[in-house]
Amino acid sequence: MHFWLTMMFAPGFFTNEPVMTAIVVGGGAAVVSGVVGVFTIIRGQSFAGHALADVSSAGGSASFLLGVSPLLGFMGMAIIAAAVMGFADMRDARERDLVTGIVLGAGLGLTALFLYFDINSMSTSGAAITVMFGSMFSIPAAIIPLTLLVAVGATAAIVVAYRPLLVGSLSAELAEVQGVHSRVIGLAYVLALSLAVALSAMTIGAILSTALLIGPAAAALRLANRPGSAVILSIALGLAATWGGILLAYDSFYWTPGHGWPVSFFIVTLVLLFYVAATLVAHRGLGRARVHPAEVRSS
Amino acid sequence: MTIGPEALVIDHLSVRLAGRMIFEDVGFTLARGEFCGLIGANGSGKTTLLRTILGFTTPVSGEIRMGSVGAGRGPAPVGYVPQKILLDPQLPLRARDVVVLGLDGRRLGLPLPSKAREARVDEMLGAVGASDFADRRIGDLSGGQQQRILVAHALVRRPPLLLLDEPLANLDVRSAAEIVALLRRLCDSYHVAVLLSAHDMNPLLSSMDRIVYLANGHAAAGKTDEVVRTEVLSRLYGHPIEVVHIRGRVLVMAAEAADETVSVIPADPAHAAPTS
Repeated sequence: MHFWLTMMFAPGFFTNEPVMTAIVVGGGAAVVSGVVGVFTIIRGQSFAGHALADVSSAGGSASFLLGVSPLLGFMGMAIIAAAVMGFADMRDARERDLVTGIVLGAGLGLTALFLYFDINSMSTSGAAITVMFGSMFSIPAAIIPLTLLVAVGATAAIVVAYRPLLVGSLSAELAEVQGVHSRVIGLAYVLALSLAVALSAMTIGAILSTALLIGPAAAALRLANRPGSAVILSIALGLAATWGGILLAYDSFYWTPGHGWPVSFFIVTLVLLFYVAATLVAHRGLGRARVHPAEVRSS
Repeated sequence: MTIGPEALVIDHLSVRLAGRMIFEDVGFTLARGEFCGLIGANGSGKTTLLRTILGFTTPVSGEIRMGSVGAGRGPAPVGYVPQKILLDPQLPLRARDVVVLGLDGRRLGLPLPSKAREARVDEMLGAVGASDFADRRIGDLSGGQQQRILVAHALVRRPPLLLLDEPLANLDVRSAAEIVALLRRLCDSYHVAVLLSAHDMNPLLSSMDRIVYLANGHAAAGKTDEVVRTEVLSRLYGHPIEVVHIRGRVLVMAAEAADETVSVIPADPAHAAPTS
């Protein structure tokens, strides 16, 4: 038993401060992404989520120039982008995709500019990798309180709007008939989405954050029949991928002595594996369900 | 048929959308327990009228009055079943959850377990004949089954008025007949006024108490046999119309139509007049 534990958790894993910081910050990002991701998928806004993450990279790269916490940078830019996309007049899905794509492009343009200054004038040569693909073991411990605050805020927004969000996922009209203020609920959701995206951009990088937002939630939706269980399963899968990724990255220092592999790679790979596994399980389950007589006769 | 107090009063209602007059001076009254068909061709303004009653569209003139909910709290004393909504098979909601959301969907925060709520939802699921598939994912159900669940969602708060937008449009003949029979039963047992839009009145003929016929920007309302008549509909359309009864069906067609240009209303080919 002890042998396997030491095989799994390489020496120093539980006493290493960067590892502990990564576990806490990554855990916060996984929980929030898990909760928000379920609603992102059922609202059909996966592309918007990805665009927010890409645009937030402009904030992350500007934070090096301004000397503020990257989390503030990611968050600020994600919220601005969400506001732009939220207030643009979007009547149909096609127009929404169009505006989203244009905002995404403009945001990445800013990222290119800021990263250029980061690398050439500030000589922070690792900035591009950190912003785009994350470097979890270099997250400063000082960021933990702000991370937890953001995580709690985003989760609270979803918890408060939980039932109106679910009715809205059936149909916006059904929600309005019940007196749901769709605009207010939509704003609460987009705010939570911005915060979730900023948190996971902070951990696995802006480009990869979509994986944590969409992947665990998509796997959970394949398996769960109820909203509560979908959210809980999504959180569990997100945490498993994040913490599993941290563990594998830490262990990888011993596989290739001197340099470990990036955490983000392992997290994203685990997310993909979970999704494929969930899809396979769901297909077998569906085959069984089809045996039941679907039609119901009534008088 | 029990006629209760008024559930809906429409008075001299006119609606304009994007500068175009959709309908003008529409008026009718619906009592609780009445089953009313809102009939008209595609584009005649049926959906707009329903959306105006729901408050989604503001009329240029006229008035809409609705009865108030007895025991329930909250706004909109009206249940609504929208036109074919696409339910994602991935939606993590069982049929039962959709009905629960009809009860408390506007509440904030997480739902707490409630025996009373469960009982009410179970009763509603039974009333629409959905008990057998209540625990299946809503997106996995057939069109007719989803329709029943959406009716339960709309009725679970016991509104005095239920609006349905083309609920029969995507159903096969048998499922459509079942839904109509179900709505007729709910009308009587829940004492709810039902206003159902359809482009074809035939599946409703045996069940509806009243008809509101929309054409040419105007409406004729009343008992079915008072409204669906050659002279009434000719006046409504503004040109000669013939109402033909064939094998228990009603066909409304342009009277002077030559062979090539027969315009049969409804346009549904399944109900076109047999030629032999």
